Amino acid sequence: MPRPKRIRKMNNPPHFKGFRPIGLPEENDPVVINFEEYEAIRLSDYELNGHLEASQIMGVSRPTYTRIYESARRKVALAFVQGKAIVFEGGKVYFDSEWFSCNSCGCWFDHPEKELEIRNCTLCGSADIEQYHESPQLSPIEDACICPKCGTEKVHLPTTPCRNEICPNCNSQMVRKGTPHMHNSKNMNCN
Amino acid sequence: MKIAITSTGNSLESLLDSRFGRCSYFVVYDNINLSVEFIPNPNKEKIEGAGTASVALIASRGAEKVVSGEFGAKVKSLFDSLKIQLIVLNDPERKISELITLLNHK
Repeated sequence: MPRPKRIRKMNNPPHFKGFRPIGLPEENDPVVINFEEYEAIRLSDYELNGHLEASQIMGVSRPTYTRIYESARRKVALAFVQGKAIVFEGGKVYFDSEWFSCNSCGCWFDHPEKELEIRNCTLCGSADIEQYHESPQLSPIEDACICPKCGTEKVHLPTTPCRNEICPNCNSQMVRKGTPHMHNSKNMNCN
Repeated sequence: MKIAITSTGNSLESLLDSRFGRCSYFVVYDNINLSVEFIPNPNKEKIEGAGTASVALIASRGAEKVVSGEFGAKVKSLFDSLKIQLIVLNDPERKISELITLLNHK
Protein backbone atom coordinates (compact mmCIF):
# COMPACT_ATOMS: atom_id res chain seq x y z
CA MET A 1 0.00 0.00 0.00
CA PRO A 2 1.44 3.41 -0.88
CA ARG A 3 2.10 5.90 1.81
CA PRO A 4 -1.02 8.04 2.43
CA LYS A 5 -0.95 11.59 1.13
CA ARG A 6 -0.43 14.34 3.62
CA ILE A 7 -3.44 16.53 3.88
CA ARG A 8 -2.80 19.93 2.30
CA LYS A 9 -3.84 23.18 3.89
CA MET A 10 -5.76 25.71 1.82
CA ASN A 11 -6.12 29.35 2.71
CA ASN A 12 -8.28 30.64 -0.09
CA PRO A 13 -10.46 28.30 -2.10
CA PRO A 14 -11.59 29.68 -5.50
CA HIS A 15 -15.02 31.27 -5.29
CA PHE A 16 -16.04 30.05 -8.73
CA LYS A 17 -16.06 26.60 -10.28
CA GLY A 18 -13.80 26.92 -13.30
CA PHE A 19 -13.17 28.35 -16.77
CA ARG A 20 -14.58 27.84 -20.27
CA PRO A 21 -12.86 28.71 -23.55
CA ILE A 22 -14.49 31.46 -25.63
CA GLY A 23 -15.83 30.60 -29.09
CA LEU A 24 -15.65 26.83 -28.90
CA PRO A 25 -18.59 24.45 -28.71
CA GLU A 26 -19.19 23.12 -25.24
CA GLU A 27 -17.25 19.98 -24.54
CA ASN A 28 -17.83 17.45 -21.83
CA ASP A 29 -14.20 16.69 -21.22
CA PRO A 30 -12.85 19.43 -18.96
CA VAL A 31 -9.44 19.44 -17.29
CA VAL A 32 -9.87 18.83 -13.57
CA ILE A 33 -7.61 20.97 -11.42
CA ASN A 34 -7.50 19.94 -7.78
CA PHE A 35 -7.86 22.52 -5.07
CA GLU A 36 -4.31 21.88 -4.00
CA GLU A 37 -3.10 22.63 -7.53
CA TYR A 38 -5.12 25.82 -7.63
CA GLU A 39 -3.62 26.79 -4.30
CA ALA A 40 -0.11 26.06 -5.60
CA ILE A 41 -0.58 28.37 -8.58
CA ARG A 42 -2.06 31.01 -6.30
CA LEU A 43 0.81 30.81 -3.84
CA SER A 44 3.60 30.71 -6.41
CA ASP A 45 2.40 32.87 -9.29
CA TYR A 46 -0.08 35.21 -7.64
CA GLU A 47 1.41 35.78 -4.21
CA LEU A 48 4.92 35.14 -5.57
CA ASN A 49 6.14 32.86 -2.80
CA GLY A 50 9.12 30.62 -3.28
CA HIS A 51 8.45 26.90 -3.32
CA LEU A 52 9.88 26.47 0.17
CA GLU A 53 7.69 29.14 1.76
CA ALA A 54 4.65 28.00 -0.20
CA SER A 55 5.20 24.39 0.85
CA GLN A 56 5.26 25.49 4.49
CA ILE A 57 2.03 27.42 4.02
CA MET A 58 0.37 24.30 2.60
CA GLY A 59 1.92 22.00 5.19
CA VAL A 60 3.69 19.68 2.74
CA SER A 61 7.34 19.13 1.93
CA ARG A 62 9.12 21.25 -0.63
CA PRO A 63 9.47 18.41 -3.21
CA THR A 64 5.79 17.54 -2.83
CA TYR A 65 4.87 21.16 -3.36
CA THR A 66 6.97 21.29 -6.50
CA ARG A 67 5.20 18.19 -7.81
CA ILE A 68 1.78 19.69 -7.14
CA TYR A 69 2.81 22.94 -8.83
CA GLU A 70 4.28 21.11 -11.81
CA SER A 71 1.10 19.10 -12.28
CA ALA A 72 -0.98 22.29 -11.99
CA ARG A 73 1.05 24.07 -14.66
CA ARG A 74 0.81 21.12 -17.02
CA LYS A 75 -2.94 20.96 -16.62
CA VAL A 76 -3.29 24.70 -17.29
CA ALA A 77 -1.09 24.34 -20.38
CA LEU A 78 -3.13 21.38 -21.61
CA ALA A 79 -6.35 23.34 -21.23
CA PHE A 80 -4.92 26.41 -22.99
CA VAL A 81 -3.44 24.53 -25.92
CA GLN A 82 -6.32 22.14 -26.53
CA GLY A 83 -9.01 24.69 -25.70
CA LYS A 84 -10.50 22.67 -22.88
CA ALA A 85 -12.56 23.88 -20.00
CA ILE A 86 -11.09 23.86 -16.50
CA VAL A 87 -12.99 22.79 -13.41
CA PHE A 88 -11.77 23.02 -9.84
CA GLU A 89 -12.56 19.84 -7.99
CA GLY A 90 -11.34 17.50 -5.31
CA GLY A 91 -7.90 17.04 -3.89
CA LYS A 92 -6.84 16.10 -0.42
CA VAL A 93 -7.18 19.43 1.28
CA TYR A 94 -8.58 21.05 4.36
CA PHE A 95 -9.60 24.65 4.62
CA ASP A 96 -7.81 26.78 7.08
CA SER A 97 -10.40 29.25 8.21
CA GLU A 98 -9.47 32.55 9.73
CA TRP A 99 -10.14 33.07 13.41
CA PHE A 100 -10.99 36.33 15.10
CA SER A 101 -11.11 37.28 18.74
CA CYS A 102 -13.38 39.88 20.28
CA ASN A 103 -11.95 42.15 22.94
CA SER A 104 -15.36 43.08 24.24
CA CYS A 105 -16.95 39.72 25.10
CA GLY A 106 -13.80 37.60 24.97
CA CYS A 107 -15.04 35.07 22.44
CA TRP A 108 -13.33 33.57 19.42
CA PHE A 109 -15.07 32.99 16.15
CA ASP A 110 -14.19 31.77 12.68
CA HIS A 111 -15.25 32.92 9.30
CA PRO A 112 -16.66 30.30 6.96
CA GLU A 113 -17.91 32.76 4.33
CA LYS A 114 -14.62 33.93 2.88
CA GLU A 115 -16.18 36.47 0.52
CA LEU A 116 -17.76 38.57 3.26
CA GLU A 117 -15.59 40.88 5.28
CA ILE A 118 -15.89 40.66 9.06
CA ARG A 119 -16.19 43.95 10.90
CA ASN A 120 -18.16 43.12 14.02
CA CYS A 121 -18.07 40.40 16.60
CA THR A 122 -20.65 37.84 15.63
CA LEU A 123 -21.66 37.28 19.25
CA CYS A 124 -21.90 40.76 20.80
CA GLY A 125 -21.64 43.00 17.74
CA SER A 126 -18.67 44.94 19.05
CA ALA A 127 -16.28 46.34 16.45
CA ASP A 128 -13.30 45.75 18.73
CA ILE A 129 -12.08 42.55 17.09
CA GLU A 130 -8.68 41.24 16.11
CA GLN A 131 -7.59 38.67 13.62
CA TYR A 132 -5.78 35.77 15.22
CA HIS A 133 -2.56 34.42 13.76
CA GLU A 134 -1.61 30.95 14.82
CA SER A 135 2.12 31.62 14.71
CA PRO A 136 3.83 34.99 14.26
CA GLN A 137 3.67 34.37 10.51
CA LEU A 138 6.27 32.01 9.13
CA SER A 139 9.26 31.58 11.34
CA PRO A 140 12.48 32.31 9.49
CA ILE A 141 13.72 29.15 7.87
CA GLU A 142 16.46 27.82 10.08
CA ASP A 143 18.48 25.20 8.37
CA ALA A 144 21.75 24.18 9.84
CA CYS A 145 24.08 21.23 9.80
CA ILE A 146 25.25 20.27 13.25
CA CYS A 147 28.14 18.08 14.33
CA PRO A 148 26.82 15.32 16.63
CA LYS A 149 30.14 15.12 18.46
CA CYS A 150 31.19 18.66 19.29
CA GLY A 151 27.98 20.55 18.44
CA THR A 152 29.53 22.85 15.85
CA GLU A 153 26.86 24.36 13.60
CA LYS A 154 27.20 25.38 10.02
CA VAL A 155 24.64 26.98 7.66
CA HIS A 156 23.03 24.26 5.59
CA LEU A 157 23.51 24.58 1.85
CA PRO A 158 20.32 23.47 0.08
CA THR A 159 22.12 21.37 -2.54
CA THR A 160 24.51 19.55 -0.22
CA PRO A 161 23.21 16.79 2.08
CA CYS A 162 24.37 17.35 5.64
CA ARG A 163 26.02 13.96 5.77
CA ASN A 164 28.43 15.14 3.07
CA GLU A 165 29.58 17.98 5.29
CA ILE A 166 32.60 17.47 7.50
CA CYS A 167 32.89 19.20 10.85
CA PRO A 168 35.75 21.73 10.71
CA ASN A 169 36.72 21.06 14.35
CA CYS A 170 36.66 17.29 14.79
CA ASN A 171 36.35 16.07 11.17
CA SER A 172 33.26 13.97 11.84
CA GLN A 173 30.21 13.61 9.62
CA MET A 174 27.54 16.26 10.24
CA VAL A 175 23.74 15.80 10.47
CA ARG A 176 20.76 18.11 9.97
CA LYS A 177 19.86 20.13 13.04
CA GLY A 178 16.54 19.28 14.66
CA THR A 179 16.06 15.90 12.95
CA PRO A 180 15.94 12.45 14.57
CA HIS A 181 19.43 11.76 13.20
CA MET A 182 20.79 14.26 15.67
CA HIS A 183 19.29 12.48 18.69
CA ASN A 184 20.21 9.05 17.39
CA SER A 185 23.83 9.98 17.05
CA LYS A 186 23.79 11.63 20.50
CA ASN A 187 22.46 8.42 22.05
CA MET A 188 25.11 6.44 20.29
CA ASN A 189 27.75 8.61 21.90
CA CYS A 190 26.38 7.84 25.37
CA ASN A 191 26.87 4.14 24.83
CA MET B 1 -31.02 32.98 11.62
CA LYS B 2 -30.76 30.04 14.00
CA ILE B 3 -27.94 29.85 16.50
CA ALA B 4 -27.10 26.72 18.49
CA ILE B 5 -25.67 27.04 22.00
CA THR B 6 -24.42 24.18 24.15
CA SER B 7 -26.02 24.21 27.58
CA THR B 8 -25.62 22.35 30.88
CA GLY B 9 -29.34 22.44 31.65
CA ASN B 10 -32.72 22.99 30.10
CA SER B 11 -33.53 26.47 31.36
CA LEU B 12 -32.46 29.96 30.35
CA GLU B 13 -30.60 30.25 33.65
CA SER B 14 -28.33 27.28 32.87
CA LEU B 15 -24.67 27.84 32.12
CA LEU B 16 -22.88 27.34 28.84
CA ASP B 17 -21.50 23.80 28.45
CA SER B 18 -17.83 23.95 27.56
CA ARG B 19 -17.90 20.66 25.65
CA PHE B 20 -19.54 20.48 22.28
CA GLY B 21 -20.18 16.82 21.43
CA ARG B 22 -21.09 15.69 24.95
CA CYS B 23 -22.95 18.72 26.25
CA SER B 24 -26.21 18.10 28.13
CA TYR B 25 -28.55 20.21 26.02
CA PHE B 26 -28.46 22.12 22.77
CA VAL B 27 -30.30 25.41 22.74
CA VAL B 28 -31.48 26.45 19.30
CA TYR B 29 -32.24 30.15 19.33
CA ASP B 30 -33.99 31.77 16.38
CA ASN B 31 -33.30 35.50 16.27
CA ILE B 32 -36.06 36.23 13.75
CA ASN B 33 -39.10 34.90 15.60
CA LEU B 34 -37.21 34.91 18.94
CA SER B 35 -38.01 31.28 19.70
CA VAL B 36 -35.85 29.15 21.97
CA GLU B 37 -35.81 25.37 21.77
CA PHE B 38 -34.02 23.01 24.15
CA ILE B 39 -32.91 19.69 22.70
CA PRO B 40 -31.47 17.05 25.04
CA ASN B 41 -28.25 15.76 23.52
CA PRO B 42 -28.73 12.10 22.49
CA ASN B 43 -24.97 11.71 22.02
CA LYS B 44 -23.99 12.57 25.58
CA GLU B 45 -23.11 9.04 26.64
CA LYS B 46 -21.57 7.95 23.34
CA ILE B 47 -18.12 6.49 23.56
CA GLU B 48 -17.14 7.46 20.07
CA GLY B 49 -18.37 9.85 17.41
CA ALA B 50 -20.33 12.14 19.73
CA GLY B 51 -18.96 15.23 18.01
CA THR B 52 -19.82 14.21 14.47
CA ALA B 53 -23.29 13.00 15.51
CA SER B 54 -23.90 16.33 17.22
CA VAL B 55 -22.81 18.19 14.08
CA ALA B 56 -25.43 16.23 12.13
CA LEU B 57 -28.07 17.16 14.72
CA ILE B 58 -27.14 20.87 14.61
CA ALA B 59 -27.03 20.90 10.82
CA SER B 60 -30.44 19.21 10.56
CA ARG B 61 -31.91 22.00 12.71
CA GLY B 62 -30.58 24.56 10.24
CA ALA B 63 -28.37 26.48 12.67
CA GLU B 64 -25.86 28.84 11.07
CA LYS B 65 -23.76 29.58 14.15
CA VAL B 66 -22.71 27.41 17.08
CA VAL B 67 -21.58 28.73 20.46
CA SER B 68 -19.61 26.40 22.72
CA GLY B 69 -16.50 26.26 24.86
CA GLU B 70 -14.47 23.91 22.76
CA PHE B 71 -14.64 22.09 19.44
CA GLY B 72 -12.68 18.99 18.45
CA ALA B 73 -10.58 18.71 15.31
CA LYS B 74 -13.07 16.52 13.42
CA VAL B 75 -15.94 18.80 14.30
CA LYS B 76 -14.12 21.93 13.14
CA SER B 77 -13.52 20.62 9.65
CA LEU B 78 -17.09 19.35 9.41
CA PHE B 79 -18.52 22.72 10.38
CA ASP B 80 -16.14 24.40 7.95
CA SER B 81 -17.46 22.35 5.06
CA LEU B 82 -21.06 22.99 6.16
CA LYS B 83 -20.26 26.73 6.36
CA ILE B 84 -21.49 26.93 9.92
CA GLN B 85 -19.76 29.57 11.98
CA LEU B 86 -18.09 28.53 15.23
CA ILE B 87 -17.99 30.79 18.26
CA VAL B 88 -15.67 29.69 21.05
CA LEU B 89 -16.20 31.13 24.52
CA ASN B 90 -13.58 30.32 27.09
CA ASP B 91 -15.71 31.62 29.92
CA PRO B 92 -17.96 28.83 31.28
CA GLU B 93 -19.74 31.15 33.74
CA ARG B 94 -22.11 32.50 31.10
CA LYS B 95 -25.83 31.95 31.33
CA ILE B 96 -27.81 31.04 28.24
CA SER B 97 -30.00 34.10 28.79
CA GLU B 98 -26.90 36.36 28.80
CA LEU B 99 -25.69 34.85 25.55
CA ILE B 100 -29.08 35.34 23.95
CA THR B 101 -29.02 39.02 24.97
CA LEU B 102 -25.54 39.32 23.46
CA LEU B 103 -26.73 37.70 20.24
CA ASN B 104 -29.55 40.26 19.97
CA HIS B 105 -27.14 43.10 19.28
CA LYS B 106 -28.48 43.94 15.82
